[in-house]
Amino acid sequence: MELQLQQLKEEAISKIQAASTVKELQEVRVAYLGKKGPITDLLKGMGKLPAEERPKMGTLVNVIREEVTAFLDERSILLEEVAIQQQLENESIDVTLPGRPVKTGNGHPLTRVVEEIEDLFISMGYEVAEGPEVEKDYYNFEALNLPKGHPARDMQDSFYISEDILLRTHTSPVQARTMEAKGGEPIKIICPGKVYRRDNDDATHSHQFTQIEGLVIGENIRMSDLKGTLSVFAKKMFGDDREIRLRPSFFPFTEPSVEMDISCFKCGGSGCNVCKKTGWLEILGAGMVHPNVLEMAGYDSKRLSGFAFGMGPERIAMLKYGVEDIRHFYTNDVRFVSQFHRTEV
Amino acid sequence: MLVSTKWLADYISIKGLDPAELAEKITRSGIEVDAIIDRSQGMKNVVVGYVLECKKHPEADKLNICQVDVGEEVTQIICGAENIAANQKVIVARPGAVLSGGIKIKKAKLRGEESNGMICSLQEIGIEGKLVPKAYADGIYVLPSETQTGADALEILGLHDTVLELGLTPNRADAMSMLGVAYEVGAILSEDMKYPEISYNSSTEVAENVLKLRVEDLDANPMYVAKVVKNIKIGESPLWLQQRLMAAGVRPHNNVVDVTNYVLMEYGQPLHAFDYDRLQTGEIVVRTARQGEKITTLDNQQRELQAHHLVITNGQEAVAIAGVMGGANTEVHEGTTTIVIESAYFKPASVRQTSKDHNLRSDASSRFEKSVDPNRVIAAAERAAQLISELAGGEVLQGSVMVDELDKSQKEVIVSPDFINNRLGMKISFEEMTSILSRLKFEYEAANGLLYIKAPTRRQDIQIEEDIIEEIARIYGYDEIPMTLPEGETTPGGLTPYQAQRRIVRNYLEGAGLLQAITYSLTSKELAQAFALETAPITELLMPMSEERSILRQSLVPHLLEAATYNLARKAESVALFETGSVFLGETSEGLLHEEEHVAAVITGKWLDHSWQGERKTVDFFVLKGIIEGLFLKLGLDKLTSFEQAQVDGLHPGRTAKIFLADKPIGIIGQLHPTDQKKRDLKETYVMELNLAKLLTFSLEPLLYKAVPRFPSITRDIALVVERAKPAAELEKVIRGAGGKLLKDVRVFDLYEGEKMEQGQKSVAFSLTYEDPQRTLTDEEVVKTHSKVLKALEIEGNAQLRG
Repeated sequence: MELQLQQLKEEAISKIQAASTVKELQEVRVAYLGKKGPITDLLKGMGKLPAEERPKMGTLVNVIREEVTAFLDERSILLEEVAIQQQLENESIDVTLPGRPVKTGNGHPLTRVVEEIEDLFISMGYEVAEGPEVEKDYYNFEALNLPKGHPARDMQDSFYISEDILLRTHTSPVQARTMEAKGGEPIKIICPGKVYRRDNDDATHSHQFTQIEGLVIGENIRMSDLKGTLSVFAKKMFGDDREIRLRPSFFPFTEPSVEMDISCFKCGGSGCNVCKKTGWLEILGAGMVHPNVLEMAGYDSKRLSGFAFGMGPERIAMLKYGVEDIRHFYTNDVRFVSQFHRTEV
Repeated sequence: MLVSTKWLADYISIKGLDPAELAEKITRSGIEVDAIIDRSQGMKNVVVGYVLECKKHPEADKLNICQVDVGEEVTQIICGAENIAANQKVIVARPGAVLSGGIKIKKAKLRGEESNGMICSLQEIGIEGKLVPKAYADGIYVLPSETQTGADALEILGLHDTVLELGLTPNRADAMSMLGVAYEVGAILSEDMKYPEISYNSSTEVAENVLKLRVEDLDANPMYVAKVVKNIKIGESPLWLQQRLMAAGVRPHNNVVDVTNYVLMEYGQPLHAFDYDRLQTGEIVVRTARQGEKITTLDNQQRELQAHHLVITNGQEAVAIAGVMGGANTEVHEGTTTIVIESAYFKPASVRQTSKDHNLRSDASSRFEKSVDPNRVIAAAERAAQLISELAGGEVLQGSVMVDELDKSQKEVIVSPDFINNRLGMKISFEEMTSILSRLKFEYEAANGLLYIKAPTRRQDIQIEEDIIEEIARIYGYDEIPMTLPEGETTPGGLTPYQAQRRIVRNYLEGAGLLQAITYSLTSKELAQAFALETAPITELLMPMSEERSILRQSLVPHLLEAATYNLARKAESVALFETGSVFLGETSEGLLHEEEHVAAVITGKWLDHSWQGERKTVDFFVLKGIIEGLFLKLGLDKLTSFEQAQVDGLHPGRTAKIFLADKPIGIIGQLHPTDQKKRDLKETYVMELNLAKLLTFSLEPLLYKAVPRFPSITRDIALVVERAKPAAELEKVIRGAGGKLLKDVRVFDLYEGEKMEQGQKSVAFSLTYEDPQRTLTDEEVVKTHSKVLKALEIEGNAQLRG
């Protein structure tokens, strides 16, 4: 019987080792250790043995059973490992194939520039003010110190709808309207919007374009405040090492009036094709609010003063992104607009 | 304004600055120099030649063989100009010469004859054709006979000169003259300037005896000065004068006209010369025109006048449009012997209006309309008389014939130095301020801590304290202004809720896969109201540039469709664009327009293309509808909006819906009508437009949390057979009505319209979710409610359960 047991054990072990899958191994387990297996049979047959042999044989059967079980478990771990390996291999994919596309669009480059400027001034305490695109001659011109017959009206040939109503030629009427509404109170606003002029569309002109203007009115607002504000703007918008310079200019609604240049962000001021060898780029017009403009809106120009500035997002986008033709902004070619997908902070 | 630095040197020393340095100083202190033009353009080896002999080329009709003395030798040059002749002094480009545009001159053989250089026209040495005197416009230029042979021709022609092109702003009319520019440069460089000296001998005959003058409209013409010059001989102007005019961008004509133009450029005072004999009456009357009166101007255009136009007449008929252009009937001509020189002050607004009405802008009108210096009217007339007597051999009659009611006083501006410094944020000393005023030649007095300043009349732009601030600051230097930030209360700043929400809408649509477009607000009559959510009377421009851009749009869709066509024509596989922008819906009571912000989109082509895994989708109605539903969800309006089948012109009648917010129309969505698609070269295309303003101003309850369900829900699916035309939304409404509180959610999960259905029927399957937030539902309760739902569907919804 002992011999029989030893044979059984060796037979089982060799079958365990021969099993190459978890399933085969399970068959071996059932065959030897199952309810109908030989070891169970042996245990069942114990009753026939003499009583004094029973404990000894019982121990022996149990030992062999444990040994076989240990072999089975060991083999099982191994085979499961193999099986997992196999599964992993089967499931392997080509990770270089393209992913399922998620449709994403993006904003127009002009909106991008406008929002960047808005956010910059919002962080400096400005509110965003907007107004109608179809304006009264009064707000577009007269309230801005451009009475009828003023020579500077020549500078901006306009689309009139009637004698007194026109498509606004700049965003400045929003300033006039805000001043009137604020009734003498301090103001800090930035005004973006569409504007219109009687120009033929070409590479540098567009009958419809965008402007963004700023207006600050308060006690003791000085020209140095304008210069400081514009410098902060230039550095945040075009890089920390930008310098600015002011040049005298003329706008009917400001006095003194200036134009602001920034040192060229491409060459740093040494001269290149972007700045046409001058080292400077003209970015915006600005000035101290003309006393007539303040007075017309009900502000005491002796007590309060202010500054204003205005710029063209098209020009800024053209400089910043190297766009050579203003018409690109209005053609809505997906090959153009989709280039502004990438975000920049 | 073109400023020859060579000419400028007559009035002011520029202290050895090179033109670029001078230009930089001028730009930085007030007047932008747009261009620095080197008139020599790098040309060299161009000399004065004397044509000794000129004969026809034996082999070529149009060519001449010339023997030309060029100083160091006599050489043969072939010339094709018609006006070449022996004994002329000409411009010769020698072999090795470089001409305008970098053209190099070499020795050559022309039809067997040697040619050692080229005889030049003015155009060939870089002078614009429109500035070349008419006599030489089509040939070579002939120099005065006294010109020295062999001399540097560029020098003789004044081309070793740099011209500064000033970009003048409307306030700086004072710099529309050489003297004005000299003042400006003098102030910048702190130099005094020289005025031209005027002296001439006048005849004993008195001007007033030969010319009568009457001004009827003293408001429009407060000052008129006339000088009479007799016995003149019309001819070419001397070379120096012609050169200066060409440098200033004026074409030389004859000595009299050239002098008037020269003085215009020098003093900024426009002059006009009339032929006295052609004037016929010996009289000048300035009056307003008679409505419909006609005059033929110097450019040979007949012009009809209006009653508000000011004219110069001979007492009978108009001989000039005042301040704008002279008449052909009294033009100075070759045989003119006596002239009347007019120097006047015309009211700016009057000239401006007249010049605008006739669409006629001249060097004269552009100065009058910004006001000339009242104190130069007489001086300019005298200067012209002097030059004409010198250059045309004339005899200037004694005195002037004059009407003068013009206020020539200087306006006083009172300003305190502290005010100047406060506004600038600077500390400029009193001495520095007064020194700057002196440099500008402004008179000033200091008293009681104030400055009493009188600017010269040439600076009519100096009217208020702020003008003085600008003058002080610009000469002191804007670079000296420190940089500060506004003091006082800080304000929070920010976007309004509307503006912030609008950004959310844009960002959502971008995230949903659409590109932002910006299209034009102006459109054509045909497109103005197409697809409009709401139409109003159209708004037309008074003077459009084209029919295509003549009317304000009432919908954003037409231009988005144009953009789609544009992109498809350029092989785009798909187009998905949106735009936010205003539409213009008729007049308000204030006379403005109802401007309303809308958002619109167009999609066409592939929506999803993931072919290698078998996923592909072209756009359809539900792609765009899904985007809109997502937007409503984002705005918290999902439960308040609905879609209803509708008809909209230009859209597919079976694939169009009107969109409602709280039962009020808010937008449309639909497929472009197939006929329209074809017309626009588009494939299946969907559009939508929503009233953005209404969406963003809809007031919502504040967002409050609802308890997360703690008890399980139970789902029941049902398939219903209904008429094909029955909208699913109606069935859903019935289900929700009958389901009551326990029904949490209803969703369509299947639609079948295939052959297994009877004709005209379809099957719609819904998934119903029942839930009670307080407890676990029993089967009984669900069965009870669900059968209520089924009954309602049968009775109200006309729907049968599909077996």
